[in-house]
Amino acid sequence: MTAQETAPVSAGRGEPLVVLSGVQKHFGQLHALQDIELTVKRGEVVVVIGPSGSGKSTLCRTINRLETIDEGTITLDGKDLPQEGKALAALRAEVGMVFQSFNLFAHKTILENVTLGPIKVRGMKKEEAEKKARELLDRVGVGHQAEKYPAQLSGGQQQRVAIARALAMEPKVMLFDEPTSALDPEMIKEVLDVMVDLAEQGMTMIVVTHEMGFARTAADRVVFMADGAIVEENTPEEFFTNPRSDRAKDFLGKILKH
Amino acid sequence: MDAVFSNFDEYLKAFGLTIGLFVVSGIASLVLGTILAVFRVGPVSVLNKAAAVYVTLFRNTPLLMIFIFIFIAMPVLGYNFKFVEGIEIGGWNVSAFFFRACLALTLYTSAFVCEAMRSGVNAVPLGQAEAGRAIGLTFAQSMNLVILPQAARAVIPPMTSVLIALAKNTSVAAAFGLAEATATMRGFTNNNADQRIGIFVAFAIGYIIVVEVISLSSYLVERKVRVAR
Repeated sequence: MTAQETAPVSAGRGEPLVVLSGVQKHFGQLHALQDIELTVKRGEVVVVIGPSGSGKSTLCRTINRLETIDEGTITLDGKDLPQEGKALAALRAEVGMVFQSFNLFAHKTILENVTLGPIKVRGMKKEEAEKKARELLDRVGVGHQAEKYPAQLSGGQQQRVAIARALAMEPKVMLFDEPTSALDPEMIKEVLDVMVDLAEQGMTMIVVTHEMGFARTAADRVVFMADGAIVEENTPEEFFTNPRSDRAKDFLGKILKH
Repeated sequence: MDAVFSNFDEYLKAFGLTIGLFVVSGIASLVLGTILAVFRVGPVSVLNKAAAVYVTLFRNTPLLMIFIFIFIAMPVLGYNFKFVEGIEIGGWNVSAFFFRACLALTLYTSAFVCEAMRSGVNAVPLGQAEAGRAIGLTFAQSMNLVILPQAARAVIPPMTSVLIALAKNTSVAAAFGLAEATATMRGFTNNNADQRIGIFVAFAIGYIIVVEVISLSSYLVERKVRVAR
């Protein structure tokens, strides 16, 4: 991508883009999200960390309404998330999502995976969509795999294609739901490199991850969740060197010892 | 088997009608059953329940009863489907008998198609639908472009069984005035009581060929659309 193309992304940097207010979510008896207040500004990279079952994935999924919420509001660019139907589909097109299990369309080639959204949702011409898709695939380093099927690629390659697929929609914000948790250690780096690259170009990102290294290098802010609530929010430096809550101290103590 | 060979054109015509019943009600069942399956997995609760009631009603009723209802009860209620007799397709007049038989077979078979489809849809990992929604596809688009093409692959073996059952179920129409294979066989045996075994064998072979063609085509389709996961 050229500097010109990234300009609109960083324009208006600093304005609130995603705002969660008073969000509550229950799974039966479990209070999965408790009174969540979170504002993500344009161009900001927010990393959400916390122990398993703390609600961080659920939080991520509520932002494009893959999970509904019981109470509270979520706004994107000042507008409330639509309930359902065409308006919701249109909103989701504005929010890129990368899943832990990649979820590439198994019956489509890599190229088709990336062009499907632009052609069917944006109404882009096939040639134009393919040209753009090839650029994106080159950018994430899998351009030479365009004609293959997802199952023929390694996990790291698949995840990079998934990132390209999300980027093809030119989203306002990218959600990453544990993007490296299903990968072998040596593939984690190639995915993180792409994400760091994106962050540097000014993409607004909400990243749920266990990669503390990524949080340290790329995040503007770290949000620590436990038991469905946001326990602590801080810059990565402050958070990792000087956690305030006992819960965060305990968590960091466990993961940083090895 | 002399009776069959000396009336071979009648034999072929009989199987022609059997295949006609199979093809018409097969296509109609696939269409109706797929729509029902989409209702069953879709987000609209009313459609979901309606499709569930349909499946319960028609899957749990003997096919013969559905035939009796359509051929005997419906005309009493004022629905005799005579209006189809004016329709001509490729020089061949549609008879009300044929239409009613196809209707009965379709109502019955589409319930099974729906359930086979649903099992196929359930075989597609949830993440595929989520990924479709996440790039902004509507429910209909994600069904058409992502879920159903993948479900079709998982659905071929059970669907083949449903279609084979349909091919053989066309024989129920024999009791309702259609000169398809089974009715014609009965006619042959009545007229040639000494050749019964030969006639049975000839017609059994006919059915075996029809069914083998179905299972062979399904095998070819399965090989063609197979995709690694």
